[in-house]
Amino acid sequence: MKVVGKPLPKVDAAAKVTGRAVYADDMLPARTLHCRILRSPHPHARIVSIDTSAARRIPGVLAVITGADLPIKFGILPVTQDERALEHEKVRYVGDPVAAVAAVEEEIAAGACDAIRVEYEVLEPVMSIEAALGTPKDERIQDYGGPNNIHKFVALEFGDLDGGFARAKHVREDVFFYQGNTHLPMEQHSAIATYVDGKLTLWSSTQVVHYVHRALSRVLELPMHRIRVIGAAHGGGFGGKTDPFAHEIIVSKLAMITGRPVKCTLTREEVFYAHRGRHPVLMWVRTGVDDEGRITAMHFRTALDGGAYGSYGVASTFYTGVLQTVTYDIPAYRFEGCRVFTNKPPCGPKRGHGTPQPRFGLELHLEKIAHDVGMDPAELKRRNFVQPYTRAVNWLRITSCGLEECTQRVLDASGYAKRERRPGHGMGFAISSYLSGAGTAIYWNDMPHSEVQIKVDRGGVTVYCGAMDIGQGSDSVLATIVAEELGLQPADVRLVTADTDTTPIDLGSYSSRVTFMAGNAALEAARKMRTLLVEAVEGSGKKYEEVTFEEASILGEARFGTLTTAGSYTPPKIAGPYKGSGVGPSPAYSYSACVVDVDADPRTGLVKVNKVWIAHDVGRAINPLLVEGQVEGSVYMGLGEALMEEQVFRKGLHKWPSMLEYKSPTFLDMTEVETFIVETVDKEGPYGAKEAGQGPLLPVPPALCAAVYDALGVWIDEIPVTPEKVIEALRRKEKGEQPRYGPPRFPAIPYPPTIKVDPPAKDMDRAATPAV
Amino acid sequence: MLRLPRFKFLRPKDAREAARMAAELGPRAMFVAGGTDLYPKLKRRQFEIDTLIGLDFLPREVRNGSDVCAIGAATTLADASKNPHVVQRFGGYAEAAGVVSSPPLRNAGTIGGNLCVDTRCNYYDMTYEWRKAAGFCLKKDGDICLVAPSSPRCWAVSSSDTAPMAIALDAMVTLVGADGEREAPVAALYRDDGIEYLGKAPSEVVTELRLTAAPGTRSVYIKLRRRGSIDFPIAGAAVAARIDGDVVAGCKLVLSAVASHPLQATAAEQFLKGRRLDAETITEAAEIAAKPAKPLDNADLSHFWRKRMVRVVVEQALERIRDQDNGLDR
Repeated sequence: MKVVGKPLPKVDAAAKVTGRAVYADDMLPARTLHCRILRSPHPHARIVSIDTSAARRIPGVLAVITGADLPIKFGILPVTQDERALEHEKVRYVGDPVAAVAAVEEEIAAGACDAIRVEYEVLEPVMSIEAALGTPKDERIQDYGGPNNIHKFVALEFGDLDGGFARAKHVREDVFFYQGNTHLPMEQHSAIATYVDGKLTLWSSTQVVHYVHRALSRVLELPMHRIRVIGAAHGGGFGGKTDPFAHEIIVSKLAMITGRPVKCTLTREEVFYAHRGRHPVLMWVRTGVDDEGRITAMHFRTALDGGAYGSYGVASTFYTGVLQTVTYDIPAYRFEGCRVFTNKPPCGPKRGHGTPQPRFGLELHLEKIAHDVGMDPAELKRRNFVQPYTRAVNWLRITSCGLEECTQRVLDASGYAKRERRPGHGMGFAISSYLSGAGTAIYWNDMPHSEVQIKVDRGGVTVYCGAMDIGQGSDSVLATIVAEELGLQPADVRLVTADTDTTPIDLGSYSSRVTFMAGNAALEAARKMRTLLVEAVEGSGKKYEEVTFEEASILGEARFGTLTTAGSYTPPKIAGPYKGSGVGPSPAYSYSACVVDVDADPRTGLVKVNKVWIAHDVGRAINPLLVEGQVEGSVYMGLGEALMEEQVFRKGLHKWPSMLEYKSPTFLDMTEVETFIVETVDKEGPYGAKEAGQGPLLPVPPALCAAVYDALGVWIDEIPVTPEKVIEALRRKEKGEQPRYGPPRFPAIPYPPTIKVDPPAKDMDRAATPAV
Repeated sequence: MLRLPRFKFLRPKDAREAARMAAELGPRAMFVAGGTDLYPKLKRRQFEIDTLIGLDFLPREVRNGSDVCAIGAATTLADASKNPHVVQRFGGYAEAAGVVSSPPLRNAGTIGGNLCVDTRCNYYDMTYEWRKAAGFCLKKDGDICLVAPSSPRCWAVSSSDTAPMAIALDAMVTLVGADGEREAPVAALYRDDGIEYLGKAPSEVVTELRLTAAPGTRSVYIKLRRRGSIDFPIAGAAVAARIDGDVVAGCKLVLSAVASHPLQATAAEQFLKGRRLDAETITEAAEIAAKPAKPLDNADLSHFWRKRMVRVVVEQALERIRDQDNGLDR
């Protein structure tokens, strides 16, 4: 291959590094108005009255709106349409939007927000999982779900659980907690809207133009063809820009009212309130193993602190229980999940969406089982690895799987087996897996998940696709695939992406789906185009390889007229035959393994990460530079979560909604990372490619905790591993108590009876594996 | 995004004129040098002023004598931390200046500014909107302390890295007021109060810092913070000591970020005098030094842990002093 597999720079690299990419906040059309949003100062309160009269009288204020102007509810999932762009009945967290102002200057808009008088009737806030499970003192946060502030239950059982535990030689139970944290993209959310000739246009820093398009249509009561959503240059999402957001709807409404462009860029504090970040998750797990360390049964329970709204929460709840089975061969598996509402900014999908928390619990739990039975943890895990091209007990279809090779690479490179034994030094090993795109769309439909059109004219090629490049390089991947097929360089390919007027649909940059899905659509479109061009060139008596692309395109256009082709991708229908089986299936899973090397100081409890070795099975690296970037970025984010990041609350307020106080690693805290790309060439991925953007985060936190145990002999069973927790665990160890810091118990949760599902035949797909 | 409020910017030609302007304008005006702490605080409405008085005229050079060093107040933290004479003779001060915040902020922030830097509290260092939701506190717009609600005073934390080190090095500052100039020990620049934390008149300008060290003085600054950069100290130990033979002839030990002012550990200084810096002495001295430190729940990480860490930073500082003396350091 000419360009696939080559470490080429991103097609938009120069624009990004020289500051010439146009982000939403860079846009300033003539007569732009600036919008500021008034937010709730109370975690839980009923709104008695809103008086905007003083704000309206301020010179320079052109419009003031409240919830009465935008009463229709929306939400990313069809089952949880529970948000309003502005609330006029009830607020559910500090930061919930209440009113918005459009003014000629941002300072004037801010002053006008301060002049709005809102009378609240304060309600008892619910600030923890335990509190949400209990009877509310005043009233429930949402009026659906239940009992109490429970939002969602999941209870599924696959295979013979009792039998599995009965034949186990060793059974162990553990409780873990993974603290919530936020995405912290460099670019704050920003959106700017215009309303001209009865048509609304919104430029936004979003990961999902299509879902924003749908939400705008619903709330503004405009047909979709009168709305255009364009993804502006993007300064990072990590899942935090995957919902439709209040400010996007607000600027649209204000543009419709004023007839002028209206812009809103969130402050950093507001980004913490927009959140949709990692759910805090309490976990309980019970596993049985036989004489050889093979898992006989596993029972996994989770409780998610969802914050005030649904967001992706129903999916997140399922995700805390589905991917356990795609790394380890678990013959009998029971999962019970529960999401609760609390008076905090809503949680949602952050890199790894609902799976880093159970992965953390699962990996540490197996580590402990290995210690119990006197086996090397890496060896115990290896004995339980799934095999490629099999079905898991919960029907998830596993295709290519490089777990074994990933493991070997990092164990060898790190010298894990022969690691240096000195006080305070330790190494930890963990593995993980992630989806290459969710197998089902957010709303039920039979249409393709991604479509690509290619146009060739006058010697040039343009690729149209709804996919949004959020910095991960999806534009470069599309260009590379088309360039490969047509015999060009990626830089020769023009791209039009993420524009609902001009591009066919792509569902967006979430669930690590773009390379796999848009990539396959691009591949199909490009191959069709090549066929046309080849036919035209051969019709003139030459070979395609002998002529320039310009000649080929002229011959093609002369022969066929306008040259366009299209390709699309629809994931295979592989979900299991049970309710709830739609979350978890993916056309392919990526696999990762890592070793973390630390020095932990028993005097301070501070943990210094010396090095991380990580191997990632990406199927095929369409661009190894981009894959390494994603892997290293994931390690960085994983270390941040493992060591310091936490979205915590005090007296009903976010404790530190600022980049100074919310600790995220600096350059000096980042460690050396050695990345190994493992290529298993998946049969269904474009050129065999799978995902790289999320999976490599997952093994980092558990490997770090395993390393801390290796170093100091104490288990830190909750994330982040702050020095005070290490010191406390050491104190307990010294006193002869359990050498552990973590949640003492898992709460009593009224899970419904489990739905029992018969497992599939392990080799049910082996007969017919399709090839692309 | 957060925006700066509107303000008038005055450019006096010298310190006397600046002091006069400040005296005349009163609390609605503030001085600005590097502005690295001031501008974010204006955006968060922690400071509300009409006028900024620029201190661009202040000297930025370092003048060296053999045992003294005069550093112009507008010298950037980066320049002070890299000055060869400062590094050589006042190593602890160079270290302290070199660990303030991050490289870009050290390139703008000045040594005078760091001496006068506002006290910090995570109920106070927040936006106007956050503080409005939390309820305003004593230090700005409110009437109670949110950290210690029954306390009549403000417990915001002294967060300067260079002030404790300057005190340990017996440093003096030159202060220029509307009516004249005076010299004061840096130690006298601070008060144990989170709000009125400076012991100088608001209109007085710090124009110069003078460090003095008798021959053979070793100095060390240890800063504890969560990350390798950016963060303010959550505990710190500044030590300057003269070692005679193998005993401590004289020693000054000042703690950072454990009180509303740099906290001089006098009892530990007394204890150390005349003793050898062996492991036992160091442990005991650290124990004594940590006693008066009373961190509260208004900075990063738990105050229990921070209290415990005071001992550790003092031990680390004394160990480094000892190792320097043995020729192991620098």
